[in-house]
Amino acid sequence: MLNRVAALGKATLDSVAGAGAAFFMLMRALVGKPQLRKSWPLLMQQMYSVGVLSLLIIVVSGLFIGMVLGLQGYTILVDFGAEQSLGPMVALSLLRELGPVVTALLFAGRAGSALTAEIGLMKATEQLSSLEMMGVDPLRRVISPRFWAGFYSMPILALVFSAVGIYGGYLVGVRWLGVDDGAFWSVMQSNVEWGQDILNGVIKSLVFAFVVTWIALHKGYQCTPTSVGISRATTSTVVTASLAVLGLDFVLTALMFG
Amino acid sequence: MESRNTQLAVGLFVIIGILALLFLGLKAANTNVLTNGETYKLFAKFDNIGGLKERSPVKVGGVVVGRVSKISLVGDYYEPLVEMTISKEYNEFSDTTSVSILTSGLLGEQYIGLNPGFIDDTVEMLEDGDYIYDTKSALVLEDLIGQFLFGQGND
Repeated sequence: MLNRVAALGKATLDSVAGAGAAFFMLMRALVGKPQLRKSWPLLMQQMYSVGVLSLLIIVVSGLFIGMVLGLQGYTILVDFGAEQSLGPMVALSLLRELGPVVTALLFAGRAGSALTAEIGLMKATEQLSSLEMMGVDPLRRVISPRFWAGFYSMPILALVFSAVGIYGGYLVGVRWLGVDDGAFWSVMQSNVEWGQDILNGVIKSLVFAFVVTWIALHKGYQCTPTSVGISRATTSTVVTASLAVLGLDFVLTALMFG
Repeated sequence: MESRNTQLAVGLFVIIGILALLFLGLKAANTNVLTNGETYKLFAKFDNIGGLKERSPVKVGGVVVGRVSKISLVGDYYEPLVEMTISKEYNEFSDTTSVSILTSGLLGEQYIGLNPGFIDDTVEMLEDGDYIYDTKSALVLEDLIGQFLFGQGND
């Protein structure tokens, strides 16, 4: 019995210590004198590997999710003779929920796992320690550009996802199933608003970007430097980041649209 | 050289993002012409505004000419006052104009219908800040049923 209580206490202490370590890692990586000339090329490099290389999976899945929304929405809406509402249905579900959330989930799988594995391997092969020996702060040199790259890339990816998804819904709804072209766009325009829908979606994806990138970097930086440790850290990144995104999405939705 | 290609790719990535934002903003969202065009305000008091909301459309013959910008209660008897923002393009309404709260379709949103009044030498044109006095309130289903039952009982 006492052992159980002790185990609970240990788990609590561990998780609090982990959260504290993650916070300090982020603070030490981000707070400090900015050195634009040195960090700009590093940021570009990371934007390329985190953002540009994720573009393909985002575009393809956005297109297909938009097409599925168009198809499913049409079969239900046509029963009520309300197939003109297909436009706002597709656009609102993409802009408010699916765009930011699915992008964050894909991003956690595509880029987050790669970040964790990369940093974990750097740690396992003592590259981080070597940097410190050379007088270079690994947090500023390795963690910071990766964090900003993720933070800037995800909103762009989410916007691309929503735009491509709406086009996918248009392809299925208008070109294939024969919803009226003008009604599709005009009903969409009268229902979608800049501040309420597009801006809130961007805010959501900024929050998700912060959380996912942070979790990925922390898991990599804190991992046990063995092959088993790296594989565990990578799995844990994807699981934790996905759960955090889905949980936060509910909170954000309740705050924004509740 | 590789660094330059990377920069090029990232630049394209950002441009694609901006294009997506423009597409969403201009094609999917309502580019509200009324917010950047010139507008003027008209007021109308109703007994009951039903399900009217701020940003509900104001229509003349089905054409949107403005939006409801504010709904408030005024006076000793707490009458609902609706402030409408109308595009300057349509500034030739006479003071015999009437307004009513209508419903689009059977289950649709409620909107304000403006019926332009007649124009001759004796009537004046509505200007910024004027009140429209000829108003018809929203139909409330319970009131209708109540009137119907009351009418039945009297016969």
